[in-house]
Amino acid sequence: MTTAAITEVDQATTRIAVQQRRAPAPYMNPYLAGVGLGLVLLTAFITMGHGLGASGGVVSIVGAGVQTVAPGHAANSEFFRPYLGTTPGGTLGTWLVLELAGIFIGGFVSALLAGRLKRGITGRQIGASPRLLTAVAGGAVMGFATRLARGCTSGQGLTGGALLNVGSWAFMLALFAGAYLVAGLVRRQWT
Amino acid sequence: MDLTAPFYQAGVLGPRSGLVVAMLIGAAFGFFLERAGLGNGRKLASQFYLNDLTVFKVMFSAILTALLGLFWLGQAGVLDVSLILLSPTYLVPQVIGGLLFGAGFVIGGYCPGTSCVAAATGKLDALVVFAGMMAGILLYGEIYPAIRPFAESTSMGRISFPALLSVRPGIVVGIVTLLALGGFALAGRIEKSRGNRLVQPE
Repeated sequence: MTTAAITEVDQATTRIAVQQRRAPAPYMNPYLAGVGLGLVLLTAFITMGHGLGASGGVVSIVGAGVQTVAPGHAANSEFFRPYLGTTPGGTLGTWLVLELAGIFIGGFVSALLAGRLKRGITGRQIGASPRLLTAVAGGAVMGFATRLARGCTSGQGLTGGALLNVGSWAFMLALFAGAYLVAGLVRRQWT
Repeated sequence: MDLTAPFYQAGVLGPRSGLVVAMLIGAAFGFFLERAGLGNGRKLASQFYLNDLTVFKVMFSAILTALLGLFWLGQAGVLDVSLILLSPTYLVPQVIGGLLFGAGFVIGGYCPGTSCVAAATGKLDALVVFAGMMAGILLYGEIYPAIRPFAESTSMGRISFPALLSVRPGIVVGIVTLLALGGFALAGRIEKSRGNRLVQPE
């Protein structure tokens, strides 16, 4: 590496450090961010012929976990078998796992550049332990629901929404209905 | 004009380069989610108390962008829309799934993608939502033989609204566009009537 390049890297690191000390940058205009997301989704359609997903990758991870812990059980599982290693469904499964890894990286980079990396527990005004309890409970209900629905806000909501998929729009309407129905129960956590 | 997209189906992209695309697309997806503030659980939940409708605005402007892009690229003859994977509809299980998903979303505070973004930015509760989600999927997998008859009920096949209603896609695209624009105007009015209590970065 040349001295000039080293100096440049040094300066960039300093800039990031300075940015981290400053107040966090405001969020992007929601419509602008939405158009950005829509173009990402369109790129997935154009390049791969399928859309985005998030929960699908998690199924492959859970399936791999079951296979590691209990290989015989996984091989006999009606549900996990299609997600395991060398089976035909594996290609899209692998794609979704890597996409999920990308989501982590992209979210981290965006927050880093905006000075929004901050460790903590959101919604902890009800107490840290109760909040982590609602987090695990809500996550479990949601995870279960993604399998009944064959997707989540990414695979059904955004992707199926843009494809005018009948089941996706039914899922989306039900999602908002379910959330508004239950919101009153956890109001203290969020407001 | 020859149809050249989707690239994967046209053989322009192989499985290996497809996986590079997966990482890049995922990264861009996570980037815009965080930019919009959707890595913030309070902002996500505020949608359901009508204080901050960012979730709605981002979701439907993304859907509208991709929808119009697909439509025009299809019309121009560069993208074969019929090759794009449409997941099959199981009406009742998907409605029940949606109701449960919405409940889990507001209780936990994140959906699957946004839980990854929030976890990546240091939020422990988001990591716990992700762990809970894995547990929920594991449970589903374990009781799948019992739940399968219901999960596969009311099957409608791979079906979109233009096919269901036997109308030209352009008509549905037009209706969705008008509904989204109306929704955006309404969302702005609701936020204003609630005193613009938008959730800011912490």
